Amino acid sequence: MPGFVARRLLYLLPVLLAVSLMTFLIASLLPGDLAYVILGDQATPEKVEALRHDMGLDQPIWWRYLGWLGHVLEGDFGRSFRTGQTVLQAVAERLPVSFELMILAELIGLAIGVPLAIACAAKSGGALDRFMTSTAFGMLSVPTFLSAILLIYLFAVELRVLPATGYVPLAEDPSGNLRFFVLPALTLALAEWPGIMRVLRSDMIATLQEDYIALAKAKGLKPSRILFVHALKPSSLTLVTITGINIGRLIGGALIVETIFALPGIGRLLVGAIYTRDLIILQGVVLLVAAGFVLMNFIVDMLYAVLDPRIRHGHT
Amino acid sequence: MATLELAINEGIAAPPVQRARRLGPLFWMAIGWVALVFAVAILAPVLPMPSPTDMDMLERRAPFSPDHWLGTDGLGRDELARLIYGARISLVVGLCAPVIGLTIGGALGMLAGYFRGRFEALVVGSMDVLLAFPPLILALAVTAYLGQSILNLTLILGVLGIPAFMRVARASTLTLARREFVIAAEALGATHARILLRELLPNVMLPLLAFFLLGVAVTIVAEGALSFLGLGVPPPIASWGSMIGEGRESLDVAPRLAFIPAIAMFLTVLSFNLVGDTLRALTDPRQGAL
Repeated sequence: MPGFVARRLLYLLPVLLAVSLMTFLIASLLPGDLAYVILGDQATPEKVEALRHDMGLDQPIWWRYLGWLGHVLEGDFGRSFRTGQTVLQAVAERLPVSFELMILAELIGLAIGVPLAIACAAKSGGALDRFMTSTAFGMLSVPTFLSAILLIYLFAVELRVLPATGYVPLAEDPSGNLRFFVLPALTLALAEWPGIMRVLRSDMIATLQEDYIALAKAKGLKPSRILFVHALKPSSLTLVTITGINIGRLIGGALIVETIFALPGIGRLLVGAIYTRDLIILQGVVLLVAAGFVLMNFIVDMLYAVLDPRIRHGHT
Repeated sequence: MATLELAINEGIAAPPVQRARRLGPLFWMAIGWVALVFAVAILAPVLPMPSPTDMDMLERRAPFSPDHWLGTDGLGRDELARLIYGARISLVVGLCAPVIGLTIGGALGMLAGYFRGRFEALVVGSMDVLLAFPPLILALAVTAYLGQSILNLTLILGVLGIPAFMRVARASTLTLARREFVIAAEALGATHARILLRELLPNVMLPLLAFFLLGVAVTIVAEGALSFLGLGVPPPIASWGSMIGEGRESLDVAPRLAFIPAIAMFLTVLSFNLVGDTLRALTDPRQGAL
């Protein structure tokens, strides 16, 4: 196991380095000079030139990259020239909101997807199975922003039972906080459960055909016990995998959902930075999100190795 | 050589013919809807309808009428015309972007799967870097710098599709490269180019094309999401995503302004998914039972 972790960590370094390089290149090579953005349209060429010199924008690009990387490694991601807030402050302030949203969404998604998968696998090919399989397939074609609009229309405009936008911190008002999170988390969960159900269902159907299930049946064990203990347990690995695959989509979905429901999370920070052309925040957040994404995938890989010894010993 | 190839081609071609009878009415309805969307999108300039960008401030959010079949939007623009012109954007971006992914990703995947070694490691590694960014975040960041235009949107969504196409092409090539017809071609002294183009490409193309249709569905959704946020196609160009975004402002008085383009987008994405998934099941023997 330690050797396996070390090997994966060693692979992580070049990927993270390449990610930082790519983030920097996107921000530096593409049109839209930071000096122009800060000074606005009215700036004289001399002023722009002076600011470019002050900010080191006239240095060669590789030199600027190394300088930037050095600051990043010291924990200095720069600060917004609009609000004066540092990237790290801005991210730390908004991270809890995004995490709460994603965790709630994944929990609701699992709460819908897992029982349905078990019910469908128990009677595969039955009426419920066929109906839910087609429903899940249809749901995969509903973009997040569509289900958001639908939920807002139903619960906020027609029924008026839940707020469409807004946020209070969890510490201030826990129940009010949850009320603001219901619709956004449900929106994301609607995109999550079909994938969870489809994969877990086919996984469990395969497991139920194994010999040891036949043995359990022959021993006269209760069907519910076979289903939940014998068949569901080996599928925990599958659940970890799905969660891992989902992270990327969840981050993108969270960005849309936070913008629609006005939740002050990382996604909204990013979209806001794009609207106001706050390039330092944009660059810093993209790097942090990508690095976080790489790390989360690494953790999922590790979990996978803990659950399945074959992987860490190199058998596939 | 010729007989060997023929026999294998027959072996591959036979099952789809048998299963083709079980494609079902849903498959054909999906094909029908896609054909309809294509037809109106291509014919949009010659169809007898108002301009999608002409505003009429006296006719804002007008209901269905003979003049405006689907009413007008918040700026008095004809909803049906915007819907049809929006279909052009969805189809142009939705088809062109996956073509980029298909050609570049497909070529890289085939070369990586065929030549293996350092080249493969390099390709897989660089794709890992591209995959390290959550796709929507990267698309947003790049369009923010490049500026909003249909071309930029297509390019970035296309590049984001490369890793997925690369994986499909590489996986197929890895299995195919060990098959008898490839070994026979090698034994006969065929060049690498000939093996790649004449032996492997026709076989890798099938799963790639099925995946292409799923890519179209994903791209239409991504374009919709970006335009919905106001960061996709620039206004006043009509796009289903931007129409839904604008309709969201008037959910309380005229929900149809959001729901009409929403239904159009859902049906189109569902159709591409259905057709793509059916064809994928046909081309992938392991998934045949699904």
